[in-house]
Amino acid sequence: MFRILMSLVALLMVGIVVAMVIALAADAMPSIRQFGFGFLKGQSWNPIKGEFGALPFIYGTVASSLIALLISVPFSLGIAIFLVEQAPHYIARPVGFLVELLAAIPSVVYGLWGIFVLAPFLRQYVQPALATLFGWTPFFRGTITGIGLLTGGIILAIMVTPIISAVVRDVLAAVPGSQREAALALGATKWEMIRVVLVNGAPGIAGAVILGLGRALGETMAVTMVIGNRPQVSLSLFDPSYTIASAIANEFTEATGDLYLSSLVELGLILFLVTFIVNGIARLLVWNVTRRTGGVGRAA
Amino acid sequence: MTRVDQLRRANSGFMTTLTALCTLMAVGALLVILAHIAWQGIGSLNWQFLVDRPRPVGEGGGIGNAIVGSLLLLLISSAFGLPLGICVGIYLSEIGRGRLGGAVRFIVDTLTGIPSIVTGVFVYAIVVLPMKHFSAFAGGVALALIMIPIVARTTEEMLKLVPHSLREGALALGAPQWRVILGVVVPAAAPGIATGAMLAIARISGETAPLLFTAFGSRFFPESLNEPIASLTVQIYNYAISPYDEWHAQAWAATLVLMTLVLGINIMVRFLTRKKF
Repeated sequence: MFRILMSLVALLMVGIVVAMVIALAADAMPSIRQFGFGFLKGQSWNPIKGEFGALPFIYGTVASSLIALLISVPFSLGIAIFLVEQAPHYIARPVGFLVELLAAIPSVVYGLWGIFVLAPFLRQYVQPALATLFGWTPFFRGTITGIGLLTGGIILAIMVTPIISAVVRDVLAAVPGSQREAALALGATKWEMIRVVLVNGAPGIAGAVILGLGRALGETMAVTMVIGNRPQVSLSLFDPSYTIASAIANEFTEATGDLYLSSLVELGLILFLVTFIVNGIARLLVWNVTRRTGGVGRAA
Repeated sequence: MTRVDQLRRANSGFMTTLTALCTLMAVGALLVILAHIAWQGIGSLNWQFLVDRPRPVGEGGGIGNAIVGSLLLLLISSAFGLPLGICVGIYLSEIGRGRLGGAVRFIVDTLTGIPSIVTGVFVYAIVVLPMKHFSAFAGGVALALIMIPIVARTTEEMLKLVPHSLREGALALGAPQWRVILGVVVPAAAPGIATGAMLAIARISGETAPLLFTAFGSRFFPESLNEPIASLTVQIYNYAISPYDEWHAQAWAATLVLMTLVLGINIMVRFLTRKKF
């Protein structure tokens, strides 16, 4: 009886995921019928004319997430290496906790800080410098406002760094000590030994990065507050952009008409499916590494 | 030492310094953000602000209704989320060992990664649309959905730390499995499960996106759970994107209150679990 009850509750989890797909797909139906696959390629998002294309949002979501990974992956690796391979216990534990606290700061708080601290800072110091140095590329052109794709990407980078570094820490800690001893015994320097460890944990590290990607793709409030919220596809990182999650957050309560609302729900469905697949891949990669070594299963 | 060796050593020293620098910058970012919140927030913080409800620009006002609203939302979501999450955790650790258990664990793990805004849309579809209005109840359900997978996984981890000899001892005395689990294993892991629950509460108290179109927000004190309700996070968001300096100042003060709650729970949990890990 007890077993059946617990199993039913567990199956409820599977039920929730199935219900999510069904509910989102059902409410997205008008938009799916109207636009088909063209929805993904449509460049125009004009509720007044009844035109709904997801491309600007897909572009903004992918671009901001990639910027975030580009910045945060080297940092996260550095932090994890420092905490696992270099810092003594009495430093690694409190410092590790401080880095984890970055993940505890709510998204809306990052957004507030982004609007009033980060964006003015970028506008005054960083973006003019980038424009003079790299203004000849198409990526750093246009009006400097402090609000846009670059700011969104940087905020995301700060937010996913603690997540990626925490998983990489687990992965590195799961690499057997014998690998380190073998490398050092062959005369490797500390850094050469760390490279051996990194190669050993490579699949897990890839998993950690993909996990960070999943988080960046779905992050809502902070990005909404600093990315500018204009549905356009522009190569310049200074230009305002729009992500799937921000579009839903901004327009959902204001959406008038069935087609508008169902287009937003379809955006939600796309985000759901993409993050589900991305997270699934990440979990499989991380599990493989952290469970392969040692008898005791570690938390991924 | 040959020249190559010197280069290798220099490279090693350089790279290891770089990793320390990365860590320093992350900790620096945390301290800069926290210091800024404290510095900006403390100015508008006073008793009146904590107990009053929002007023039009120029008339002061406060976040009393948002504090009450956030606490009510936490209460509703905990009432659904904690028991369900703990049950799933028990299933994962004690019952589902086979293929089905693996599948459920995988689903629970990926549920943790579902963007909270999508959870909001889902709850809008299954609760708000049928009820035809925003409500505190809908907001609580959305937060509970985010909470369940977190609680489930921490509960599972904690139950797995309970030594097998305890289970075997109880079974040898003739206790059925449900009594072994509820009477021996779960109580043994109770402190760990409680800290996991507290971390989940800290996490959802900072959620904004799933509340935007479920709990919606309100400028008044809540009178029933069947109507839109204010929350600290949505209030901060609305004030932050408003054009008024006074509301910006209030957003910082509200953030200080929220951060005190969230960081307070995190640091307390850390302090409580310090001895065990």
